[in-house]
Parts: sequence; structure tokens; C-alpha cells
Amino acid sequence: MSLNYFDLFGLIPTFDIDLTALEANFRKIQSDNHPDRFVTATASEKLTSMQTATLANEAYQTLKSPGLRGSYLLGLSGIIAVDEKNNQMPADFLMQQMEWREAVEDAENARNISALENLLETIASEAKQLQSGLSNQFKQNKLADATDSTRKLIFMDKVRADIIKVIEKLED
Amino acid sequence: MALLQISEPGQSTAPHQHKLAAGIDLGTTNSLVATVRSGLSSVLVDDDGHALLPSVVRYLPEGNVEVGYSAQAAQSQDPANTIVSAKRFMGRGLKDIDISMQPYHFVDNNNEMLQIETRAGIKSPVEISAEILKILKTRAEKSLGGELVGVVITVPAYFDDAQRQATKDAARIAGLNVLRLLNEPTAAAVAYGLDNASEGTYVIYDLGGGTFDVSILKLSRGVFEVLATNGDSALGGDDFDRRIFCWILEESKCKPVNAHDTRLLLTKAREAKEWLTDHAQAQITSVLSTGELINVTLTTKQFNELTQTLVQKTLTPTKKALRDAGLSIEDIKGVVMVGGATRMPQIRLAVADFFKQTPLTNLDPDKVVALGAAIQANTLAGNRSDADLLLLDVIPLSLGLETMGGLVEKVIPRNSTLPIARAQEFTTFKDGQTAMSIHVLQGERELVSDCRSLARFELRGIPPMVAGAARIRVTFTVDADGLLSVSAVEATSNIEANIVVKPSYGLSEEQILTMLQSSFGAAEADKEARALAEAKVDAESLLLAIKAALDKDGDLLNAEEKAEISAKMDALEANIHEPYRAGLADEIHATTELLNNATEAFAAKRMDKSVSLALAGQDLSTLEI
Repeated sequence: MSLNYFDLFGLIPTFDIDLTALEANFRKIQSDNHPDRFVTATASEKLTSMQTATLANEAYQTLKSPGLRGSYLLGLSGIIAVDEKNNQMPADFLMQQMEWREAVEDAENARNISALENLLETIASEAKQLQSGLSNQFKQNKLADATDSTRKLIFMDKVRADIIKVIEKLED
Repeated sequence: MALLQISEPGQSTAPHQHKLAAGIDLGTTNSLVATVRSGLSSVLVDDDGHALLPSVVRYLPEGNVEVGYSAQAAQSQDPANTIVSAKRFMGRGLKDIDISMQPYHFVDNNNEMLQIETRAGIKSPVEISAEILKILKTRAEKSLGGELVGVVITVPAYFDDAQRQATKDAARIAGLNVLRLLNEPTAAAVAYGLDNASEGTYVIYDLGGGTFDVSILKLSRGVFEVLATNGDSALGGDDFDRRIFCWILEESKCKPVNAHDTRLLLTKAREAKEWLTDHAQAQITSVLSTGELINVTLTTKQFNELTQTLVQKTLTPTKKALRDAGLSIEDIKGVVMVGGATRMPQIRLAVADFFKQTPLTNLDPDKVVALGAAIQANTLAGNRSDADLLLLDVIPLSLGLETMGGLVEKVIPRNSTLPIARAQEFTTFKDGQTAMSIHVLQGERELVSDCRSLARFELRGIPPMVAGAARIRVTFTVDADGLLSVSAVEATSNIEANIVVKPSYGLSEEQILTMLQSSFGAAEADKEARALAEAKVDAESLLLAIKAALDKDGDLLNAEEKAEISAKMDALEANIHEPYRAGLADEIHATTELLNNATEAFAAKRMDKSVSLALAGQDLSTLEI
């Protein structure tokens, strides 16, 4: 099997990674492989450098984000967490999502940026709780639960991105 | 130590293997060139000691081009042929800019990059910028005593792909090898960070003449990681001048003024703006070409009110960048001010108020970008004095594709660390379809019409299959310069599809080659014309001298000798009066040489005669030709 993202940074494939080590190793790899180091090199060296640096960026962004990290980790066990055809969610989570979406809409209509910012904070703290749950689920190898949590995290990221878009629209 | 390294002017102190590299800040208002010498980054000055080169290009009546202070001085006399702030037009179409304030004769180039009609012909902003780069190239090579291996040119972080490509094209026309395009705030951070050995998260607030950038960087052991960047590529110090200009017209109850007076009052507005940095009020007086007298006083308070919305306009992108980086103002260790426009007190106050800390202003805001670019150029050229220095920059604006219904689907989100590659799969719509068209856009909005069109691609050579069977994998790659390239492959057959790129605002390869040739061709033609003029002068003075000698001493020659010389003289005479053509100069040289040879014997006879007549010296000058 080819090198996975964890191997690339010398990390053990687990959800609770050492983020400081991840960052340090990412910088080390970029220091050795970034295209800036190969400006005067041969075309093939340049290509290799470009490919390695691109891979390192992609891997770093994936492992840095808890939702994407969970999804990638599940992928290593053959589980596709986010699938267009299967996005079943527990009813209570769907309810909460709807509430958030409605709150966003209300705040947008009222042009209330601070309400949107508060909502971002609320979702961020919910996400944090979900993360610690996810960490335990991975530790206990409860992969079905972990899949649920990961999916929720990724959905929450999407809601947050949408809220930010609305804030920017109101600010412009 | 430094004393030992003093060298002759124009000579490099560096050891032989040191590669000559420079950093260029191609600014809206001013441009600079800097280099690293003996481990220190310094700005290079011109013969008069000026570090700044005003980014003003004037096309003169006699066909020459003037760049810098002399061009700037002529801008109100010759506004249509004196281009200022050409950077604002780079990679832009006519509909992107407010032409009402511009004194130029714009040429609408079918929705492509705009052009300006000057007395030297129609010029693209790329060619105009190349004139500025040529001057800086000469300055650097003269100062360093050799040819540059390469340069780093800075661009506003918020420049899109078309603007970056235009900058790179300008460098190519100027004969420069671009090692890297570097974002201006990142360059400033390098100069600042290395200077202060800083660690932590910093905000670079860069308000230049025509562009605003804000970048958030994490500095750690020589690695400069850009966390987020944002900005406005059409907001800068020039806009503050324009607010004052409008205010002057309003205050003086003037009718709209002509191009000459517009330029004059804009200059007065700029002077007032600069004056108000250290004074409570500015007196603005001027006589317009109509004879009308302008005499108004602008106070700091009025100026602040006039420009309040502009100042606020810089804070919106700042908030966006913070949000994208996932940071709040408490996380920011320092705010570095870059760009001449950050000298305005109301800007400094607004930034201090927003970040709840005094911004850092200890480096010259005009020079810091060039200094940082020079450090990066030195590293990239392989001099490796800063081997630990590494810049990780981001793409400022999202890249996306047009989908059904005029919507944009994002492929690469903004603030992704470069280099980055993303693949997207497409399929065919009809049975046997062998080509498909793809539209690439840059921007954050959802509608195609609200984003900037970068390019349209045609994928050809798709193997014919039933609809939906082909799987075309299109890979978008953005390199460390922030420039996009595209490749495509049909996954089931592994056939590489051909891509025909049509840049929406950029120049095509052919156009660049034409510009290169005309620039090179013009230089060649100039050289040829000069050589021809010199050859004609030489030939004419020889003919005159021989005629004079024949009049005086023609009797020394027999008829045969006379006929030979006369034939050669006629041939040269005919040559001189021929119209310009390539190679004529060389021909005239050859005919001149033949005439010279034919008169050798005559010259010897005259010499004998003059010696024997003891009249030495009198006619020697004519004989020694």
C-alpha cells in the first residue's frame, strides 16, 4: 500500500495526533521539498518537488481539520464517511441543523452580524464536544459511531462556512 | 567587517560564485529594485541618488520613452501620452475601471485586456510596465556590475491569475528571468521578520498607491506561513487623492475640467494629502488653463471625513482574513504597516483602534517590500545565505468552474496553501462527443457573471463513446507563483486530451512574441539606422576630401587613374542617396573602402609633391583619410 498521510508526517494513524508534531513535520517536509528550493534545478527535480509539496499541503490540511482527519482515518479502514448517496443523520441532529439554518436566515434578514457571530461560537463549542466524543469512539474502535460523529462534524463545518459567507455578504 | 568590503563603485563585493539576483517592487505609484550584498538587503539608487522610480511612462514625440521623475514632471503637459498607475490596468478590461477620471485614449479590446492609444502607437499595460522594468534592470546591472541571473517581482497578494500573468509577461518583454512572483505583504514580512527575529502571528496591512492587501502570517524559525490573505485590488492612496480632487471641484464650484487640469489638480491633491500627514491644514492653490483661480483650504478634520469610507473599506477585508485564519485580534502579536499610504494618520489610528495595539512602523513603508523581495531572490538564486528561509503562501481567490445555469462550482478554495492541485471529473453529454468546453473562473461569488473569467478551455480528442461513459479527469494546478495550469486525461482510455487555452484577459503567446520581436526589432532597427547614418557621414566626408584633392592636384593623375577614381566616387555617391534598407550601411562601408583603395596611389603622389614643395601639413589631413 502506498504511503498514507500519517506516514508522510511520521505519525501513528490515530485520531488524537500531536498537532505540534504535525506542524513541525509539515514545515520540515516543505523546507526540503518546496519548489522554492528547486528554482535552478532540472525539470524532473522541479516536477518531483512540485508533487511532493502539493501532497504535503493536501495531507496537512486534511489532518489538521478534525472532521477531515476522522473521515480520512475511517477511509483507511475502508469506510466512506461522506457519501453523496448516503447522508443519513439521526433525527435530533437534523432538527438542530434546521434550527441553525433558520437562525441564519433570521439573522440575515435582520442584517444582524453579531447574532451570526454568536451562532458561529455556539457551533464551534458543539463541534469541540463532538470531537472529544469522536476521540473516544476511535479509541474504543466503535467505528459506526465514529462515522456518525465525523459526518456531523463535516456538516457543522459546512454550516459554519455558510454562515461566514452570509456575514461577508452583509459586510460588503 | 563592513569596512573591508567596500568596493569600487559599480563593482560587486561578492565572491565570484555569487549569483546576481534582485528583488523588484513594481508599484502603482513608485517602483524599486533591491539586492542582497554582503548579507544585507539594500535598495539600489539611480545616478541622482533616488531609490524610488515613479511608475510613470511617457512616450515622447521623437519616439523615445521616458520613465520616472522626468515623465512625472511632464504629466500635466502631456497627459494622454504619460501613463501613470499602469498597474491598475494590468490584466483588466475596459469595463473593470472607472475611465471618467483617466486622461487616456483607451482602446476597447473586445473585452480583453484594455489598451491605451499613445503617440507611439497602441500600448498594452504589459508593455508600459515592461518599460519600468527595463529601467530597473539596467539600474541593477549597472550597480552590480553584471547580468542578473533572475529576479523576484512582487505583486499584490490579492492579484488574480490574469494580473499575475500580465506581470510575468511584462518581465519577459523586459528581458528578465522571473525566479518567483512574490506577494507584497509576504515580502514585507520577510524584511520585517528577519530584521526583528520575530516569532508569532503577524498581520501585514499594506495600503499602496492603487492596491490594498492584508495578510496574516505565522512566523516560526524562518518559515513564513501565510494563514490567510484578503484585500481589494482597486483601492489605494490614489483614491484618497481623488476624494480631495472631487472636493476641490465642489468647493470651488468648478465645472468639469479638461485632462490637463485634472492631472494638475490630482497632483495638488496628492501634495495636500502628504502635507496633512504632519500639518493641521493644507492650502491648495492653482490656476487652471481656463484662467480660473483655485484657492481652498483643507483641514485634517475635513480630510478624515472625506476619506472615512475608504478607511473603513480596508477593515472589511481585514475581518475576512482574520475569520479565514480562524483567529481573533487577541491572537495577533503585531501589525506591520506597509505602503506609502499608511503614513496617513487616520489610517494608523483606524488600524490601532481595530487591533487594539499600536501598529509597527519602524521600517520605511516604501522600501520594505523591495527589501524582502531581494532577500527571497537571493535565496532562490541559490546563494543560500538564508537557507532556513521558506515562504508558504496561499491562493488569494477561489478557483471554480462554470456549471449548468451560470453557477460557479469551487474547485480550489481561497487561502489554500500553494502549490496545490485538484482534480475534477467530467463526462460527456452526447453519444460520440469528442470535445467539451470548460470555463474557469476566479472569485468568491456564486454566479458566473459576478466572478472573473480566467480562461475557456476546449478539451479535444476525447475518444468517442456513449454519453456519460467517458471519464475526463481535469487537473487544476496552481504553482508557487499563484499561476494556474490545466491538464486533462480521459480515465478509461488514458488518452490525454488537448487543451486550447484562451486567456480571458491575458495576452496570448503570439501577442507576447510579437511584443518581444517588436521590442527587439525596434532595437535592431535603431542600431541599423545609426550605423547607416554614420556610414553616410564617413562616405560624404571622404568624397568631399577627394573632390578637394582632385581640384588641387588632379594634374598628378593620368586619364586612366582619373576615370577609375571617378567611377568609384559615382558608385559611392549613388549608394549614399539610396533610401533606407537593411544591409545598406555595410554596403556603403564596402564602397567607401574600394574608393579608399583606389586613391592610395594618388595620396602617395600628393604626399611626395607636398614634401618636395615643403608644404608639409597643409593638406595632410585630407590625405590621411
